[in-house]
Amino acid sequence: MLEQYLPILVLIGIAAGLAVVLMILSRIMGPHRPNAHKLQPYESGMDPISDARDRYSVSFYMVAMEFIVFDLEIVFIYPWAVRYQELGFGTFWAVMVFLTILTLGLVYTLKKESKSFEISKS
Amino acid sequence: MDSSQIPIVSSYIVMAGALGFLLNSAAITVYAERRVAAFIQNRVGPNRVGPLGLFQPLADVVKLIFKEDVTPAQGNPTLHATAPLIPVITALMTVAVIPFGEGIFVTNINVGVLYILAVASLGVYGVTMAGWASNSKYSLLGGLRAAAQMLSYELPMGMALASVVLFAQSLSMVTMVESQAHFWFIFVNPIGAIIFIVCTFAEANRTPFDLVEAEQELVGGFHTEYSSMKFGMFFLAEYMHVVIGSMLITVFFLGGWHLPFAGYYEHILPEAGTWAKAILDISVFLGKTIFLVFVFIWVRWTIPRFKYNQLMSLGWARLLPLSILNFAVIAFILMVIHTYF
Repeated sequence: MLEQYLPILVLIGIAAGLAVVLMILSRIMGPHRPNAHKLQPYESGMDPISDARDRYSVSFYMVAMEFIVFDLEIVFIYPWAVRYQELGFGTFWAVMVFLTILTLGLVYTLKKESKSFEISKS
Repeated sequence: MDSSQIPIVSSYIVMAGALGFLLNSAAITVYAERRVAAFIQNRVGPNRVGPLGLFQPLADVVKLIFKEDVTPAQGNPTLHATAPLIPVITALMTVAVIPFGEGIFVTNINVGVLYILAVASLGVYGVTMAGWASNSKYSLLGGLRAAAQMLSYELPMGMALASVVLFAQSLSMVTMVESQAHFWFIFVNPIGAIIFIVCTFAEANRTPFDLVEAEQELVGGFHTEYSSMKFGMFFLAEYMHVVIGSMLITVFFLGGWHLPFAGYYEHILPEAGTWAKAILDISVFLGKTIFLVFVFIWVRWTIPRFKYNQLMSLGWARLLPLSILNFAVIAFILMVIHTYF
């Protein structure tokens, strides 16, 4: 059973090795002449104003929370989708109730937070 | 165990072939994109290096390797160097569970679909890390957009795949293709197919979903501060994701190595030898993949980019409810057919 995963491990090794070799190659072959202006973050030719790691819109936070809720839903759906014909109609309706509740949650969030999908101007 | 579940060649030979194909196909896709773009825009495109300009990607790679590797002074050097590795590694990892033909796969794990979903969602870390490590405003915005976009489109993608699992009743990729011998899933589950294809475009950061690297607003997006082969690796990963995405669409919706409706006439065709069958299977699979790669390029040069709020509301308010509804309806129909017929 587990030996089926061995090729995947080998593949990860090869992939990582390949990626690292490509990067080291350019590090060795390319020139290396840093200066203060070259190492500045690019800001369309102006001198950079303040640090980039500032506060940003909370809408990204809402997206992340929604994502966790629905990703868990999908995790519950998959095992049922494999075995649903043996489990019969009882389980089917249970899953439908589960889906309905989550969809209602989605509708509520969309109505409440429809503005948060747009990047605020402040 | 079915005959096609047994590998006919060693998984390491398939792995070498698949890796070689994927790396070369990324280079050829870059060339194809530039030629097709030129064709669509009534230009000539690269035609100087080698016959028909075919060696252009080679020249590009050599140029990228000999360029200076700049790490921004205020950035985080470790993260800055790790970030480009991640999309390349995840793109190459995906190939492990894709069946290229009957008995031709690297490995046939019984949770192949979950593996695909897991690996596909890892790729976003590279982009977000790149945005954060560069400590540049354009990069950070690009990275955040990438994170939000990929999270949003992973959900409808997962639900569309769940509706496919209903038909196959298995999470193994090989069983998935086998159960499409009579009907490709695109015929029985067209809405799921459309949702999956749209989400594949979004996951590969292709137009109309390429807000992550929208030149007009964000310069280079998350790779503004990247140069040399570090940039080259993001570039390579993007095109590998295009090829991988096409392969996944082929496996889940276009019947993998099967010809259309093959289940009905396969037994009246003359019996092909193992190797002839293998070559035929791989040709059919790659034919579909190449067509889908062309569709990716075609769409990029035809459809303009979304605005950010359009992108988010398409994902959350349209595709996600539609995919849940599609899943429920298909589950109900299959349940009724199974119970009463």
